[in-house]
Amino acid sequence: MGKLFAVLVAVITVLSAGIFIARVWWLPPDISLLGVGIDHQLMETMVASGVLFVVSQLVLAAFAWRYGDRGDGRAIKTFPGGATPMVVFATVLVSVEILVLSFVGTKVWGGIFLSPPNPDALHIDVQAEQFAYYFRYPGPDGKLGTIHPELIDDGNSNFFGLDPANDSTARDDIVSASLVIPVNQPILLTMHSKDVGHAFYVPDLRIQQDFVPGLVIPLQFTATQVAKKEIVCTQLCGLGHYNMRGYLEVKTKDEYQQWMADQVAQQ
Amino acid sequence: MRTKVLSSLALGILVVAATGALVTPPAGSITGTVTYTGTPPKMKPIDMAKEPTCASQHATPVMTENVVTGPGNTLQYVVVYISAGDQPGPAPAAVVRYEQKGCEYVPHIAVMQAGQPLEIYNDDQTAHNIHPLSKLNPEWNKSQPPATPPIKATYDKPEFIPVKCNIHPWMHGYFVVLGSANYALTGNDGTFSLKGLPPGKYTVTAWQEKFGSQSQEVTVTGTGATKLDFVFKALPY
Repeated sequence: MGKLFAVLVAVITVLSAGIFIARVWWLPPDISLLGVGIDHQLMETMVASGVLFVVSQLVLAAFAWRYGDRGDGRAIKTFPGGATPMVVFATVLVSVEILVLSFVGTKVWGGIFLSPPNPDALHIDVQAEQFAYYFRYPGPDGKLGTIHPELIDDGNSNFFGLDPANDSTARDDIVSASLVIPVNQPILLTMHSKDVGHAFYVPDLRIQQDFVPGLVIPLQFTATQVAKKEIVCTQLCGLGHYNMRGYLEVKTKDEYQQWMADQVAQQ
Repeated sequence: MRTKVLSSLALGILVVAATGALVTPPAGSITGTVTYTGTPPKMKPIDMAKEPTCASQHATPVMTENVVTGPGNTLQYVVVYISAGDQPGPAPAAVVRYEQKGCEYVPHIAVMQAGQPLEIYNDDQTAHNIHPLSKLNPEWNKSQPPATPPIKATYDKPEFIPVKCNIHPWMHGYFVVLGSANYALTGNDGTFSLKGLPPGKYTVTAWQEKFGSQSQEVTVTGTGATKLDFVFKALPY
């Protein structure tokens, strides 16, 4: 039995590692400025844990083959020193690996989530609600109008609760159901939720951020390629969570200016 | 001789009575136009990007329908009805049909009498979750996957009920449940016509979802049409 188990473990180990090495199901191409750093960190983690995985499983298979119970009553071999040194050794090994990966990864993570706001960033206000995203641009006056939750009226397309009758800064705000941005432009999203927890995830940008009700959460990124990619909600938010998505449209600078001019003309 | 006179008299009375029973009472009508003064709000295009099966059904984006105007400053989607002076009748058996098509409610406003059957259809390839926001009638919402039977509902109390979809935030409509059998919904030309009204004094109310209600009293005499117009004051926001 020990030999069969050893063969099975070895086969499963080689096959599952092989799927990753061959990149059978892999990440979409990265289209963001800081995505390179994230992908690098991801590869380091995968290689470190992958190597440890393969080595430990093959060692397990070897020991099971060599020292498996033959059913003939001979004494069972144990780890030198007993169970305690074995557990200590395994714990220390894994802890060191995780801590090293964490320290190395903080630089990339900090670069995305802890950077101060870029003064050149295009500021877009994002509201997540059940079950759609809405994006608000400041408009020609460069200012975002104040939000009045009691004025929210989805049926009247007033998703943010703006008060254009009394608030002149709100009159020219552009509200869009798609996140349209120019390429190679730093973007600052300020994200809030109208109701429950949601999340904003664009796999191609390598960023994911929860919307927490009551908080306004900043998120920065720069898209480096013209593309149309899906934004998906990755935090269960109700019966329509499966249907909650939006589209990120990265346009050339000219196309973006044209789009913005069209939006302003519709005001 | 006396018998002959009496029998003629009796015959005469019978004929008059019979004629009185057969002739229907005179019925007039109230007609008019609903217009606005001032600047109405601009309707906005609806972005259905998150639902591609619906977005693809519209060559150009559909517009919101909260204030729809016609040539000559007319107002569409105004419900004009008799709010006092007519006799309530039994609810008609005709089914009112409300459709979810292209991620829009068709018609935008469904007018019905209290107790009239309502059927809600989903013609789209996506599920909807219709949520009429009633306060006087029991409030409910129901998921409706594609290609499933219509939802059947009835409203027993007169009420103006906004309707939304819990899955598609832009979808917006109204169920207008009335106690009266005499009502009309204005088209793009803003005209309405309430027919079959016996002579008498009536209160006619016009309701527009953003501008509210207005009432006027009018007297119907005979079989002619009584003219009655409504003017709403429109504001841009």
